[in-house]
Amino acid sequence: MRADPAEYEFRTPASLKDAVKLLAEEPQAWLPIAGGTDVMVQFAAGTLAARKLLNIWNLPELRRIEVLPNEIRIGAGSTYADLRGHEVVAREFSLLARAASWTGGIANQNRGTLGGNIVNASPAADSLPALLVYEADLVLCSAHGERSVPYVNFHKGYKQIELAPDELIRAVCLRRCFSGYFSYARKVGARNAQAISKVCMAALGRVENGAIGDVRIALGSVAPVPIRLPETERTLKGKPLDHDVIAGAGRAAVAETRPIDDLRSTARYRAAVVGNLVVEFLQALGGANRHA
Amino acid sequence: MTTNRGAKCEISFLVNGERRIVRVYPMERLLDVLRRELSLTGTKEGCGEGECGACSVLIDGRLVDSCLIPVGQAEGAEITTIEGVAANPRSSALSAAFLECGGAQCGICTPGMMVAAFHLLDHKPTPTMDDIREGLSGNLCRCTGYLQILEAVVEAARRTTAR
Repeated sequence: MRADPAEYEFRTPASLKDAVKLLAEEPQAWLPIAGGTDVMVQFAAGTLAARKLLNIWNLPELRRIEVLPNEIRIGAGSTYADLRGHEVVAREFSLLARAASWTGGIANQNRGTLGGNIVNASPAADSLPALLVYEADLVLCSAHGERSVPYVNFHKGYKQIELAPDELIRAVCLRRCFSGYFSYARKVGARNAQAISKVCMAALGRVENGAIGDVRIALGSVAPVPIRLPETERTLKGKPLDHDVIAGAGRAAVAETRPIDDLRSTARYRAAVVGNLVVEFLQALGGANRHA
Repeated sequence: MTTNRGAKCEISFLVNGERRIVRVYPMERLLDVLRRELSLTGTKEGCGEGECGACSVLIDGRLVDSCLIPVGQAEGAEITTIEGVAANPRSSALSAAFLECGGAQCGICTPGMMVAAFHLLDHKPTPTMDDIREGLSGNLCRCTGYLQILEAVVEAARRTTAR
């Protein structure tokens, strides 16, 4: 049954400082709400446990994208539309811009935020494999100050996150060092827009002197959290991109994932897709290198 | 800071160019406030979870699903509903094209489709088919099979730019 709006407290802090102060006073009570694309769905279904909502939508401190010489700091309240429309994100972090472009439809992209996507912690979230391959750091803030956590350590298990009840994600930091890399991203779902992924993948690769210099592969929807494929990456490093190496990497990737059957797909189908996507990525990496 | 535990609050916003003030609970959905408090029933509820786009409106010129917006987040905003789009002379080519191409059947998705199409043409007056598909990708239709709707947007763009 739908929730009764009369039962909810809703507060709009004047600043980020006010927001974290409120969280510090009653850390378990407040649920931050930004674009509402997850929270309002729970509200409509009557499953929203929190009764006090802290409105952080459009808080200026959370909505800036700061471009520094060596890194870019994306405010956690930046929307997918903000990411798609940002010149540096689109040029240097195309995997993130592409993931933003296939999250929901235009209306969802105008409201959904990167920080919200991270905190909601869906294993199928489209933007998270990109954060894994770029080795993003998250800046978390509370009334006591800030701390930095590598994103790879943030999702600890299914819907378990490294965020204290009095903390907010402030920013996502990406190092600006990927200009020499080939980027690959694919979402496999029932429909391009408005469909949650069966499998999504983000990958980066660099070929040096005919051999794979660096390679990073991350996947969503194949484990309780978005994952990198460290074993597959290790077997690839230093190897030439020939047929046997590529086929072997496809098999290694399947062995390294643990997909499940659920309402969107089956474990068997997901495993086949993982192998195919890794092969497709490596073939494209080889092709891009030959034409470079 | 404003506190509103279990209490209604006053929200002031610009709706279709007019200053409106409503006394509502801040967690009421913008969709419900538009329909119930302001009698703007052109905005429809489809899924109620941001999947179907029937409740599409523009907030500060951006396309959004009004079912996902607590009205407390709309304080001071500029909102355009299908009624505002319909009153805008720039939408006349669009509504004529929807009519002629068979872009509306049962009609539930039509207001949202029109708002999304209006928003698209406002930003891209000469859209490609991919632009149109993307611009309307958040709006579901269960009658037409979409082709007539896509055709209507192509036709509206053609007529508008031909002028």
